[in-house]
Amino acid sequence: MTAEELLTVRDLAAGYGAVPVLRDVDLTIHTGTIVAVVGANGAGKTTLLRTLCGMVPASAGQVVLAGADLRGVPVEEVVRRGMAHVPEGRGVIGELTVHENLRLGGLWRRDRADAARALDEVYQLFEPLARRRRWHGHQLSGGERQMLALGRALVARPRLLLLDEPSLGLAPRVITQIMALLRRLRDETGLTVLLVEQNVHGALSVADEAVVMSLGRIVVRAPAARLRDDESLRHHYLGF
Amino acid sequence: MDRFLFLTLDGLSRGAVYAAFALALVLIWRAARAVNFAQGAMAAATAYVGYGVAAATGSYWIGFLTAIAAGLLLGAAVERIVMRHVGHASPLSPVIVALGLVLVIQAALGIVYGNEFRPAPTPLSRSAVTIGGLRLLSPYDLFVFGAVGVVVVALAWIFARTAVGLRMRAAAFAPDVARLLGVRVGGMLTLGWALASAVGALAAMLIVPTELGLHPNAMDLVFVSAFTSAVVGGLESPPGAVVGGLAVGLALSYVGGYVGSDVTPLAVLTLLLAVLLIRPGGLFATTTARQV
Repeated sequence: MTAEELLTVRDLAAGYGAVPVLRDVDLTIHTGTIVAVVGANGAGKTTLLRTLCGMVPASAGQVVLAGADLRGVPVEEVVRRGMAHVPEGRGVIGELTVHENLRLGGLWRRDRADAARALDEVYQLFEPLARRRRWHGHQLSGGERQMLALGRALVARPRLLLLDEPSLGLAPRVITQIMALLRRLRDETGLTVLLVEQNVHGALSVADEAVVMSLGRIVVRAPAARLRDDESLRHHYLGF
Repeated sequence: MDRFLFLTLDGLSRGAVYAAFALALVLIWRAARAVNFAQGAMAAATAYVGYGVAAATGSYWIGFLTAIAAGLLLGAAVERIVMRHVGHASPLSPVIVALGLVLVIQAALGIVYGNEFRPAPTPLSRSAVTIGGLRLLSPYDLFVFGAVGVVVVALAWIFARTAVGLRMRAAAFAPDVARLLGVRVGGMLTLGWALASAVGALAAMLIVPTELGLHPNAMDLVFVSAFTSAVVGGLESPPGAVVGGLAVGLALSYVGGYVGSDVTPLAVLTLLLAVLLIRPGGLFATTTARQV
């Protein structure tokens, strides 16, 4: 593993009960990059993220984050190792306020002062959240919930951020803002992002690399620009 | 008029205990999505421990605190050893296991302590203070109000103001998301059961002296009244549990005072049935949005 490799996945397999979903997945993610995972419905994209963070136990293979093997690590410990996951649907806890949701993202941190600084930074980054700190999660719009979910993950100061379909149900203008924000976070803080998206255009516009999944396997790995610009490659693997 | 006043004050005093017990049920419902039908038996067990220590030490207060500590331990043990391993494929599974626990606990208490009613002394006088010919509250009634008030305020503060309370709420509302955020959901569940059992222990220590005394089944009717209180207020609502408890206490006091004490068990069940038919979510139920 070179110094720049943040996440290394080897021969990963996982599924739900007797149904295998992921097969022989190999993936390496370098620090400070955005990797987009695209593919058809049922390709295993969400299962990949859920397996990486331990929500779905791996049946085979290895996941190494910053040199530490994550096999057998409970889900609630993974964020302490530096991996934050924003699940599909955002996972905003509607019964809690904006402030409580954000605070929850950093409660595990021992450095309380830095957790408080991270919280302030999130409020500066997402001004609508600062204006709505006492609102409950279920009172927010879709875009505001996405900001809240993202902000809550950022409070943990993750080394690797797993984002599952952040553009789901959002207006095009909001999607553009979210993607621009991811680019900015990568450029300014060196944040590494593994981005699962059905919105292929949006994902390829922001990603450094792209991975195409099909039937539980990675079938293509290429620079995002190449996948975006190479018509035959794009047509063959993405259908447009 | 003074009879009405007496029944009102007596009803509020009992209602405060039902409120505390109902709060224990709501705590576990919110944490584990299960009604702990063993709450009454667990509370009776802790009352036996408390009064045993009180008799051994000569101090009611040491016994009182011991009962609460026993409640913490018993609740944690029941969650860790029994309820954690109950499958949730069917919502009936935790109910059946809890009912089994009732049988086990009450049988064990009967074997250890016998099935006779044992007197349970109070630390303060139960004679109502009379002012201007009106019988008001007794010193023990004031102690009951104070103890329940402290518990309600303490629990509200824990849940609303502390990090552990935030973790407990997150673990209850969205356990999978909470895990992703580093919350040790299993630990929060254990803590919820421990707190609920401690509150149940407090309720038992407060109400047992006012009934027939210590008995393995001493808390059965109290459980029914407290469950009714929780349903009246809404199983999701801690403030509802308190209001429900006071309402049930008042209702039963008036029924017992004006109709007859033999009718009060029937009155509790009638009230429960009425609430379930008319407003099953409880008085404080909120409209739940559903995404379509």
